[in-house]
Amino acid sequence: MIDLYLDLPVWIQSALKGLIVIMVIIPIAGACSLAERKVSAWIQGRPGPNRATVPWVAWIPFFGKFLQRLGVFHLMADGAKFIFKEDVLPGHVNKFYYYLAPLVALVPALCTIVVVPFGAYFDAATETLQPVILANVDVGILAVFAIGSLSVYSLILAGWASNSKYPFLGGVRASAQLISYELSMTLSVIPVFLWVNAPGGNGTLSLFDVVQSQSQPGFLGGMWFVFLMPLCAFVFLVALFAETNRQPFDMPESEADLVGGFHTEYGEFKWSLFFVAEYAHMTIGSGVFVLLFLGGWNPLPWVPLAPLIAGLPIWLGGLIGIGVFLAKSLAFIFLFMWIRWTLPRFRYDQVMTIGWQKLLPLAIGNVIFYALAIAVIERS
Amino acid sequence: MSFKTVERKPLTFAERTYVPQILSGLKTTLRHMVKPKETLEYPETRPIIPDGYRGVPTLVKDPHGREKCVSCQLCEFVCPPKAIRIKPGEISAESDQAHVEKAPEEFDIDMLRCIYCGLCQEVCPEEAIWLQNVFSMSGYTREEMVNDKTRLYELGGTLPDDHFKWDKKKAAEEAGNAAH
Repeated sequence: MIDLYLDLPVWIQSALKGLIVIMVIIPIAGACSLAERKVSAWIQGRPGPNRATVPWVAWIPFFGKFLQRLGVFHLMADGAKFIFKEDVLPGHVNKFYYYLAPLVALVPALCTIVVVPFGAYFDAATETLQPVILANVDVGILAVFAIGSLSVYSLILAGWASNSKYPFLGGVRASAQLISYELSMTLSVIPVFLWVNAPGGNGTLSLFDVVQSQSQPGFLGGMWFVFLMPLCAFVFLVALFAETNRQPFDMPESEADLVGGFHTEYGEFKWSLFFVAEYAHMTIGSGVFVLLFLGGWNPLPWVPLAPLIAGLPIWLGGLIGIGVFLAKSLAFIFLFMWIRWTLPRFRYDQVMTIGWQKLLPLAIGNVIFYALAIAVIERS
Repeated sequence: MSFKTVERKPLTFAERTYVPQILSGLKTTLRHMVKPKETLEYPETRPIIPDGYRGVPTLVKDPHGREKCVSCQLCEFVCPPKAIRIKPGEISAESDQAHVEKAPEEFDIDMLRCIYCGLCQEVCPEEAIWLQNVFSMSGYTREEMVNDKTRLYELGGTLPDDHFKWDKKKAAEEAGNAAH
């Protein structure tokens, strides 16, 4: 089986790997939409969706009931509904861009995963930890930012192509908001990479190396960056919320004042693509946060993964690495939802004030502070 | 001086960052998340109906199985939306209830008109019409939504009676003061 796989041409191998990753990401994104409904329900004191079931699962004692109570079949029913609904095309839209926008939303969201390592395995031959990643390239975080920020085009396109005032306002807001928070986000990770790239070594922007530098021995070496640079983590977190258009920064959507924002004119499967994209973006954003600040696949601070899985078979070690990483990312997605159902939305001018007058100076000051601090530490 | 100047404090730095408020908000929502749920899962679990609830109006019988309504039509006249229609009838002379004289021949309450005000129950001198705890009335046709006499007695059932007024009257009529 393995030999058969290794005999395939490289591009087929890559395509297979990519497909597998997409087949994991999209269900996670779908499950997130269900989790969103459940978390909102629990926070509001409701049981949430728990009625739909399919007969042959309902017959399984206990487990079938559990799945039904969890609302798993609502997710399937919703998905099926989206696929089979009539494809409505409003008469006043620009057809080409109207159809393009949901695709533009989904493609960058799924592309960023290419450079995000989502686990690690122990290579017995070289006695080193290797990343489980689609393309282990050195641009890493830069590619995440570059491709991830393309998703704003989908909102602008959707807003503009809908040829209707509320979507248009949503699109305008999206562009302004994403541009303002992009800056703080990029600035907030600079100290991390200053710390990772010790002078004399090869410069790297790879996310794998970030995790590696959180798995060093010693007090400072094993410390997750969230403890080492809490301010960076905070700025990155706030910017991440704004970048993924999550409450309290969901200006482009803000259903209270803009009907549905950029997706007002969308329905059925196209609409659901926007949401799959949003959740995929959120999943990958949480993944990047976990890698940068929460030690990636290291189970606990000061407990690196490599010695734990060194003796295990390669697939088991790899699965443990992926499992730890996924668990952390999912916990982080829960934080996204928890915050969404806690905070009201900021007003648009507040969003701009926070972005330009608070967060950006904070990020710049933060970079200067850590640059100086790292210089002092490296010199001594 | 009869008033006191309250110092209005400017927001502290921590408050202006929103962070402490956000954290306390998160604490609140987390508490709600683990709390027992507030909602009922309706058709399976039913709400507890409080005493004196005004549900669907019904006709009741006394514990001896006598229909209490004497078709005085007070409820029909008091009914603000005119939901009640009564056709009075006579009780036949052979019946052992003949001294009550009247009973409704037909008694219809149109639930599409009824506003659940409870005036009929309030006005009834015989305590024969009661708004009980059925709160959900539905049907597919207009005809189905009109409760006729049989249906009203089905819904109403029997309620306890402290007086047995008509039994006492009959006893008094037959035996005079010796009845006591």
